[in-house]
Amino acid sequence: MTDPWTPYCAQVVDRVAETPDVVTLSLRFADPDVQSRYRFACGQFNMLYLYGLGEVPISIMDYQDGCLQHTIRAVGRVSRGLTQLQPGASIGLRGPYGNSWPLEEARGRDLLFITAGLGCAPVIAAIRRAIAERDSYRRLVIMQGVKHREDMLWQAQYDRWREVPDCQVLLAASEEKQAPFAWSLGMVTTLIDKACFDPDSATVMMCGPEPMMRASIRALEQKGVAAENCYFSLERNMQCALGLCGHCQMGAPFICKNGPIFRVSDVREWFLLEGY
Amino acid sequence: MRASIAIHKLTSCSGCQSVILNLGDDLLVLSRLVEIRHFIEAGLNDFDADVDIAFVEGSITTPEDEARILKVRERARFLVAIGACACSGGVQALRNVKESGGWAGAVYANTAYLDSLAESRSVAQLVKVDLELWGCPISGRQLIATVRALLQGVPPVLPTEKVCQECKRAGNVCVLVSRAEPCLGPVTRAGCGALCPSFGAPCYTCFGASEQPNCEALGERLVGLGIPQRQVAERFVSISSGLKPYQDEWQRLRIPAKQVD
Amino acid sequence: MPWTILMGNRPLRNRTMDQSRFLPQRDFGQLYHVLRAAGYRVVGAVEEQGALTYRELESVDRMPTGLVDHQAPGRYRLERQDHHRRFDWVGTAQGLKPWLFSAEQPLWVAREVEGGLRFEEVRETPPPTAVIGVRACDLAALALQDRHFLEGDYPDPHYRARRDQLLLVAVNCHRSADTCFCVSTGDGPQVRTGADLVLDELDQGYLISAGSGRGAALLAQLPTRPVRGWHKRRAKALRGRARVQQRALPSRDLRAPLYAAREDMHHWQPVADRCLTCGNCAAVCPSCFCHRVDEEAPLDGSLSRAVRRWDTCFNDEHSYLVGHVVRKSAEHKYRQWLTHKLASWHDQYDRSGCTGCGRCITWCPVGIDIVEEAQRLCDEVGEAERNHD
Repeated sequence: MTDPWTPYCAQVVDRVAETPDVVTLSLRFADPDVQSRYRFACGQFNMLYLYGLGEVPISIMDYQDGCLQHTIRAVGRVSRGLTQLQPGASIGLRGPYGNSWPLEEARGRDLLFITAGLGCAPVIAAIRRAIAERDSYRRLVIMQGVKHREDMLWQAQYDRWREVPDCQVLLAASEEKQAPFAWSLGMVTTLIDKACFDPDSATVMMCGPEPMMRASIRALEQKGVAAENCYFSLERNMQCALGLCGHCQMGAPFICKNGPIFRVSDVREWFLLEGY
Repeated sequence: MRASIAIHKLTSCSGCQSVILNLGDDLLVLSRLVEIRHFIEAGLNDFDADVDIAFVEGSITTPEDEARILKVRERARFLVAIGACACSGGVQALRNVKESGGWAGAVYANTAYLDSLAESRSVAQLVKVDLELWGCPISGRQLIATVRALLQGVPPVLPTEKVCQECKRAGNVCVLVSRAEPCLGPVTRAGCGALCPSFGAPCYTCFGASEQPNCEALGERLVGLGIPQRQVAERFVSISSGLKPYQDEWQRLRIPAKQVD
Repeated sequence: MPWTILMGNRPLRNRTMDQSRFLPQRDFGQLYHVLRAAGYRVVGAVEEQGALTYRELESVDRMPTGLVDHQAPGRYRLERQDHHRRFDWVGTAQGLKPWLFSAEQPLWVAREVEGGLRFEEVRETPPPTAVIGVRACDLAALALQDRHFLEGDYPDPHYRARRDQLLLVAVNCHRSADTCFCVSTGDGPQVRTGADLVLDELDQGYLISAGSGRGAALLAQLPTRPVRGWHKRRAKALRGRARVQQRALPSRDLRAPLYAAREDMHHWQPVADRCLTCGNCAAVCPSCFCHRVDEEAPLDGSLSRAVRRWDTCFNDEHSYLVGHVVRKSAEHKYRQWLTHKLASWHDQYDRSGCTGCGRCITWCPVGIDIVEEAQRLCDEVGEAERNHD
């Protein structure tokens, strides 16, 4: 039996500073066998370990050029250390954990992606796949909110998505005084009004701060989107990712093993209560 | 380049410095990893040295302490208060809360030479403190973890949970429940490894107040167990009497002098 | 590995209490010796700091006789009585939990080596361990911990290693403490499953039956005699006595009232005022499984070690998310503990997380009573619903 607790060694192959406090690391397992066995689905996460400091759960942004990509914001002791790593550095890595975005179930439907801040990172791979399989879906609406214009990650990518047929890209900045060109002022929820989609046949995928997701759920309900068709990625303190340590329970669901992606209607009551 | 450290002493018993001296092999490792510029208990005397990290033991209890701590702060990039005295004023802070007028006369043959301030204060009450290591004395394990973390450029992870957590992990029987001992573990910060309860003795707050200390509920319970109210009140103000949650409970429970008379 | 372990611990289906044997009081020591000879370290309840708690026994004489426990909210006292029965007590300070789910468990070690990091698994070979004196509520809690640690997608190897080496000698309770409520949870007082051997203690000796193949093998080595009719009648009467309990949970599935109660924080404020958030309830709860992972390194940084430690939902750190604590107030913490234990556990593991052992009541320093709180919440919610109608 292999020990599910023990990480594997991985190397930083590339580091891109996205903003002053957000960095994307490209990682590859040191052991080629481990690398070749590794498979993930859009929306899953890995546990990243920094020597001497500990592990943190980080969603998988994408897999490109034989490397796992993780976009990390420097917020805690481990994540700060991770963002300071340079190519060649070694870390621990285990995963992937959790479930994935319902891209299969959503075939033939309108797809809405609603993200804010770094919440876009766990969704990027799903958007890319939806665009790669453009014919499988009807309308695409990609909404992203940030505080300031310069917090926007991957602007060029979003601009390219504007060129995709029947794909609406909506961006909002909540703390700018004037709306930048092709942007809206306000929270990402204000974008839902501008989105063109069929509420009866739309699947929503959301990730971002909890207040933003609560507001989005309300706004979507007003638009007539059923909570059964809305999915979001949730976060709680995760220390094991194995469904054992108990920290990530949000009421009944364990975020690490039953999530991190949930159908809103399944966990709505827990999610809306403060303190779970 | 090796980081430099100083270990300073204000008004204290030197017990925390003794913990450092008693680190054994780790003291040798420490002297290899960092340059120890000032550590009076170990015979290194360079008070004025500029250092990366200053560890300060003791409370501010004399006019001299006041002057010294300002200099220590000026000469250190990072200041760590170590022990109950430096973190909360220590046992000396009893004078802050009690009618202590007659104590000096009861202890010293001649009080004419005493020159101390009206109150015993923590280091943070005078200067900016970057980190507090609690305990009376501090835990060697926590000190090592702290140095290790600081050398790696991150703050250490120090517990704020209750002593009860360490006590249960140690496999101890709760002496409050089994013997009605006035244990203050449920309102005291972990860090000692539940030392006293492991030997059947009740906790008396060496590591200061834990997160969310519900002193009132515990105080009521201890009185309900039949422990005289005055004793319960006084348990809250011993080692860490400078801390507000403990002072408040002492105030709430203490029987005013005129009622006793 | 002792040969008895190879025989497995599958329950014996055809064996019933009728096939029990009688072990005379004076031969009780033989049980200890047979277990030792089979390679087990033997664990039993001993007196420590005024309470009974499981410790390894260097000799059978360390097991106390004539001790009875008196338990009440926030109170545990032992009384020495004038008899030689070994199992007249009801509850130990801890159940089986520390013997399987260790309070401190090293998980792995990382080292910086040429070209990267090396991770070394921590593999242990815990000794075969026989625990004598286990009660029905603790066996039920063990099944809950088995479910959590072993039956998910990632079985815990550290729990597994200890669990595989465990042999259980259970005892039917012949009295209940004031804090017991296993009858209402359906988990006791009589042992039904999960033990290798089951005892009923009479003044003259023990009715003893096997619950597994290896239990039967051990039983065969003991100097037992046939059971007499009066042995059975006496044991039955004593077991019946234990069913008389002062406390009962309002229902085995409290999801409806507790999920209703979670909405309004006023329901939780009275208990939060008394709660010390010390986490003793969770630490002594035989089913609580939460643990955190600490990273520890020696001063020279030559290696770094991941260690898991018992944690509880009463600690701020438990619900820490970058920048804030999700459950900061005592209301939130107590609500988390109670709604998880008695309600959302059903959603997770198809039954309640409480087996009625009453430890959280006894070992709460301020005597908060889970049964009383559950009843109060049910009453308040019921009252609110009636007013609503």
